[in-house]
Amino acid sequence: MDARQLLKALSEAAGVSGFEQELEPLLREAFEPLVDEVRTDVLGSFIARKDGSGPPPRPSVMLAAHLDEIGMMVTKIDEQGFLRLTRVGGMDKRILPGMEVMVHGRRPLAGIIGTKPPHLLEPGESAKALKIEDLFVDVGLDRERAQEAIAIGDLVTFHRPYIELANGLVSGKSLDDRCGVVAMYICLEWLKRLQVQADVYAVATAQEEIGGKGAIVSTYDIVPDVGIAIDVGHGDSPGVPEDHTSPLDKGPALAIGPNIHPKIHELLQKAAKDAGVPVSTEVVPGNSGTDAWNMQVSRSGVPTGLVSIPLRYMHTSVETLSFSDLERAGKLLAFFIATVDRSFVEGLTWS
Amino acid sequence: MVLRRLSEAAGISGQEQEVRAIIRAELEGSVHRLEGDTIGNLIAVKNPGAPGPRVMLAAHMDEVGLMISGYERSGMLKFRKVGGIDDRVLVSKGVRIGKDRIPGVIGAKAIHLQEPKERETPLRHDQLYIDIGAKSKEEAEKKVQLGEYAVFDTAYSEFGEGLVKGKALDDRIGCAVLISLLKEDFNLPVYGCFTVQEEVGLRGAAVSAYRVNPQLGLAVEGTVCADVPGVDAEAQVTALGRGPALTIADAGTLPNRAMLRELIRLARESNVPYQFRRTTVGATDAGRIHLAREGVPSAGIAVPCRYIHSPVSVASLEDFQNTVKLLTLFLRSVEGGFRP
Repeated sequence: MDARQLLKALSEAAGVSGFEQELEPLLREAFEPLVDEVRTDVLGSFIARKDGSGPPPRPSVMLAAHLDEIGMMVTKIDEQGFLRLTRVGGMDKRILPGMEVMVHGRRPLAGIIGTKPPHLLEPGESAKALKIEDLFVDVGLDRERAQEAIAIGDLVTFHRPYIELANGLVSGKSLDDRCGVVAMYICLEWLKRLQVQADVYAVATAQEEIGGKGAIVSTYDIVPDVGIAIDVGHGDSPGVPEDHTSPLDKGPALAIGPNIHPKIHELLQKAAKDAGVPVSTEVVPGNSGTDAWNMQVSRSGVPTGLVSIPLRYMHTSVETLSFSDLERAGKLLAFFIATVDRSFVEGLTWS
Repeated sequence: MVLRRLSEAAGISGQEQEVRAIIRAELEGSVHRLEGDTIGNLIAVKNPGAPGPRVMLAAHMDEVGLMISGYERSGMLKFRKVGGIDDRVLVSKGVRIGKDRIPGVIGAKAIHLQEPKERETPLRHDQLYIDIGAKSKEEAEKKVQLGEYAVFDTAYSEFGEGLVKGKALDDRIGCAVLISLLKEDFNLPVYGCFTVQEEVGLRGAAVSAYRVNPQLGLAVEGTVCADVPGVDAEAQVTALGRGPALTIADAGTLPNRAMLRELIRLARESNVPYQFRRTTVGATDAGRIHLAREGVPSAGIAVPCRYIHSPVSVASLEDFQNTVKLLTLFLRSVEGGFRP
């Protein structure tokens, strides 16, 4: 499978936090040819292991990119068959009016988050944001038919075809953080061509958007010597201060701050140079809001790094990124992994 | 189905040529002649020499949308609205710009970077941008010209039970009704007017009504249908699946009472479901037709459409068919001698 096809397929598939299983066959198909073993753990994280060529005990590197997406859940089917919603994960309710969605009932059902036509708005009404309680999903069915097909608790995801924009930018839903999964895939393709001592675990983690849960248990299970999270960072976009963002198509951003082991950051910088990959620096003064945060305090501690893919309009249905940045991130990760050896890992413990 | 092609065509007020081309191709051979005019209307003339009054049927080809109005240094596009659109439906949607359908997205600041109170105030269209991926103003200027139009990027499909969804059903569904009628044979001079610029002030209807000089006028619309949560029953205007909506009065027209009564009589006699359009807001092409030349007896009939003027609207195929049926009965009645 081609990395672009994988990104499109992952973007258009559904996997709200806690319900990532629909994505597993796709991951299996993509990752199985590149690794020694694939499996899924209790919480739903997908783990692909590729053994290194060094003599045991080999160092191990865990890559983590989360699989889940933000979404919604059905709370009620009303008398007319319209659905009411609650949100799973952080979502700006202002993006929802006029949105097309998929309702994951007994069968997938197309839905629309309806709006009042402008003809009927009272003066000043459009100056107020609609509340989540005011919003509803129309699936075009009456109550009885809706109840046959849909149950309370069924998931609702954005329906948004993945598209290509100019200059290699791509846009779609759930690129946060399926793009990180694709970066891991590109990394594994590079690793076929490199001498690698370390064992590599590429983990597509579950339930990140509701508190980084998949990474907690998968890191505990794997006990890696080094943990690298690949997640999205805020891309340059209108109305957002420049010092909080990284430019698109200028390479991944390497995070720095208390969540990041300085020596890992340093080695990532060196790997970027060796790989000929441009990078920028992302300043993270505390919780990175990524799997790196939980990985770092797994068991007796895991030295962590964070590679961020600059992405515009995070948590909307039109998340936008540069595909080149993914290719760069994948290559950078591979070059990083190829330099991890026993002595580097031993040097991560402070004296 | 022609409605799919009509819905997916781009035709914002002032640039209706894609829609016109579809309709022209669809009606070639079914009508006596197809006439264009200088503003862009397409007039399908059927049986001009037949006895009886000249009947003008009007459906508008244009849709609401966005117009590119400027560039940011970053390469983002600024836009203005064409026709009535609630700003709140714009965020997090895809658009297609110009005849090459250049894809773009309307993004928003990530929720992570917002103050909680920001989330209570909707983003106004002048605070939003279309991102086509251009890296600079210069690149954006090369790709997209000022004044080009952006339509919502929405696929037409069947929806729920017996429904369809797509953009611009207001009034492509009316265009589809006219196409069906014009494929029938009536022993009447029938003028199917596919009008332009309805959404910016019923402009195409004004000149086509003058040109056709009809003796009876009917505007066929996709109209407001707010039979949804949060709207009181008496404010819903129409309900989906209850048949064509007849206008009693709107902001542009007091329909001819004899025509309205005849439509009701025919619907009752033949058991075609119908409903009234229960609001006086909004106007249709009838608003201009009835004022053409010395005046034209006119009426309005519409297929109810949920969520009009948003990226995606919904209509019932049964309502569509019943609208065609009722209008067929009406034309037969005129054939048989009905005069207002």
